Amino acid sequence: MTVLTTNSLTKHFGKVKALNGVDIEVREGEVFGFIGPNGAGKSTTLRILLGMLKATDGSATIFGKDAWNDAVQLHERIAYVPGDVNLWPNLTGGEVIDLFIKLRGGKRTERRDELIQRFQLDPTKKCRAYSKGNRQKVALVAAFSSDADLYILDEPTSGLDPLMERVFQECVNEVKQQGKSVLLSSHILSEVEKLCDRVAIIRDGRIIESGSLADMRHLTRTQLLVETRQPMTELSSQPGVHHVEEKGSAFVFQVDSEKLDQVLSYISTFGIVKIESAPPTLEDLFMRHYEGVGGEG
Amino acid sequence: MNKQLYTNTGVLTWLVIRQDRIRLTIWLAAFIVANLLVANAFSTLYPAQAERQAMAETMMNPAITAMVGPAYGLDNYTVGVMLAHEMLLLTAVVVGVMNILLVARHTRAEEEDGRVELIRALPTGRLSNVASTLFVFVGTNVLLALLVAGSLVMLGIESIDVAGSMLYGASLGVTGIFFAGLTAVFAQLSESGRGTVGLGMAVLLIAYMVRAIGDVSSETLSMFSPFGWIVRTETFVNNYWWPVFATLGISLILMGTAFYLNGIRDMEAGFLPAKAGKKQASRMLLSPIGLAVRLQRTGIISWAIAMFVLGASYGSVLGDLESFFAENEMMQQLLNPASGVSLTEQFMTMLMAVLAMISTIPAMMFLLKLKGEEGKGRAAHLLVRSVSRVRLLGSFLALALAGGWVMLSLAALGLGVVGNAVMEEGIALGTFYQSAMVYLPAMWVMLGLAVLLLGWAPRATVVSWLYLVYSFIVVYMGGLFQFNEWVVNLSPFGHVPELPVEEVSWMSLLGLTGVAMLLLVAGVVGYRKRDIQGG
Repeated sequence: MTVLTTNSLTKHFGKVKALNGVDIEVREGEVFGFIGPNGAGKSTTLRILLGMLKATDGSATIFGKDAWNDAVQLHERIAYVPGDVNLWPNLTGGEVIDLFIKLRGGKRTERRDELIQRFQLDPTKKCRAYSKGNRQKVALVAAFSSDADLYILDEPTSGLDPLMERVFQECVNEVKQQGKSVLLSSHILSEVEKLCDRVAIIRDGRIIESGSLADMRHLTRTQLLVETRQPMTELSSQPGVHHVEEKGSAFVFQVDSEKLDQVLSYISTFGIVKIESAPPTLEDLFMRHYEGVGGEG
Repeated sequence: MNKQLYTNTGVLTWLVIRQDRIRLTIWLAAFIVANLLVANAFSTLYPAQAERQAMAETMMNPAITAMVGPAYGLDNYTVGVMLAHEMLLLTAVVVGVMNILLVARHTRAEEEDGRVELIRALPTGRLSNVASTLFVFVGTNVLLALLVAGSLVMLGIESIDVAGSMLYGASLGVTGIFFAGLTAVFAQLSESGRGTVGLGMAVLLIAYMVRAIGDVSSETLSMFSPFGWIVRTETFVNNYWWPVFATLGISLILMGTAFYLNGIRDMEAGFLPAKAGKKQASRMLLSPIGLAVRLQRTGIISWAIAMFVLGASYGSVLGDLESFFAENEMMQQLLNPASGVSLTEQFMTMLMAVLAMISTIPAMMFLLKLKGEEGKGRAAHLLVRSVSRVRLLGSFLALALAGGWVMLSLAALGLGVVGNAVMEEGIALGTFYQSAMVYLPAMWVMLGLAVLLLGWAPRATVVSWLYLVYSFIVVYMGGLFQFNEWVVNLSPFGHVPELPVEEVSWMSLLGLTGVAMLLLVAGVVGYRKRDIQGG
């Protein structure tokens, strides 16, 4: 079942076209990764979904309701964490968490205290004394202690240390196990890879790729390290082979997934001494899409 | 649907109060205490009707009208009338300032900092932020009205009756509500908190000046200013209530406009769009002093214009003043003019003191900007590069010194040029300029104190503002309240020779300069030694 859909979502700021028809779909119980470089339109999309910006054209629907018109009702079921959390300097972290819980109409729960402990947050400090990471923890504790059905997270870990990042990942997995959905926008591709079931890549206000990671890997390349007995003279001119580098007596290069078969038969004629293959990472995938503008990629 | 726009306004109202509970208490207490003190001072200093009538005579002149509004009830100048005539407008201006600062802080500044984003992502209405802010500040102004009225009645001064006190309080309250509504509208137009405050302050200043010019020359003009309305309540004499209701009506329209604009716009967008900036830094920018100037460019230009206009508007009443003095024998006796000095010149000295103290405001702002930069962690950007602390502080200080001089010069020039245009017997422009420039050493002492605080107690820089406020009260109102001489002498502005009435006293000028130097050096030493925040 789909919980969130956008249909050719378009947003213009004056003459600037921030979104040019964005289509994404988040299904119930999945973690959906939303990736793209700075300025591609990630935050604009999320802010439209949260009813803070009004779309110029297209529709954004969550739980079957319109993101702008029914914002208040929807927000009772959505928890949001922005990447840049600013809090009231003279309130303590604990006070802010309680305020957010209260605004959702909830009550302080054991879950709140448990999360404060897991994120190692000192809730008695004033927010003006918190570092970026600590402010983010406040927002994360408030979000995960709510009983939301959809979590919208906009680069939520940009200020967290690796330990806290792991706690965050645990939290995401917990809500997923409860059958809730997560829309995660992130720059940390290893994190997206670890957490997300499906991914959409946005560039210049348009979705250029989306699907499960497994699906998308078909579109990409495998990295190979090969050492052969006889030198492979014609390697770089083989169709589907890219970025050939010599490393000592071995070659490191990338192969288009659909050409893997031909390339391997070519290599095997030289007598393979050593072969290592690395699965395509999301980073490769990402880079490939962005390099695509310039050269052959 | 409609109700949804305001969901959770109640909780957010609590949030606004929770954040400002101390701030609001201090503001309210200050207004009440100030009014009580003044009312009390008037009744102690001028107990007899004859004394008050003598005072009333000095009030009947265009310069006073320009400053505090048209005189009324002069045939029976009671303590109540004195209070309302001399204090209502001034207090109303400060109430306006309070509302501009605080409403901007809870609307646009909150949005600019991204806190509204967090709130809006929760089940809260689109208009709840503005609604809760206006809720709190309408409440604050109502409370202010009631407390001021109540406390005045409690003084038990005969001429300060219940009806008049209520109107006095209500006039302050509605002025506050007006500026709260106005600022809420500006918060929709501007994209920044600073811009919102700037627009609000500009309108406040213009409203004050329009009223000043209107009150002196054309009543119709005064009707275009909210201040022009409330000075016509004639509190404690006729108690006209129409200005209160009219102001309230306009305020409601302003608030409605704010809600409407907020409802149709995107979050963090404004209706006055920010324009794109330069691609490269100009050569002017590439030094600490260049940066200090560039950061405050808008402020510098606005203050320069404001100071010239302020000087000019005071100058515009000099002509009326001259003919008024010529016709009024009693006034001549009262002021007891020194030989060879015209009454206008004597009056000019007081104007100069006021202009000099107002010019000190931008000078201190230019300097204390450094503290804001440090607090935001931006001073560190410079200090981690090859900029020494002395150079950094020196750059802001140089701007402050130059800025103060420019501001005072412009004010004196405005006063002199316009004054000479309207007076029959002109005064040499050089005399205007000289009598202004003698205030520079006093200004330096104020800047010296600010540097000292920056160096040793950066959290306490507000003390330098309080000292300026103190100076303003004792020098400007010293005559009215008959302060002891030592009270006035505690302010550097109390030591400045009043040219052209008095002789130039090099002793006091050199003394002030020496004190300023000492403060500066001590401050720089402290600034070199202490921890820098941020970075």
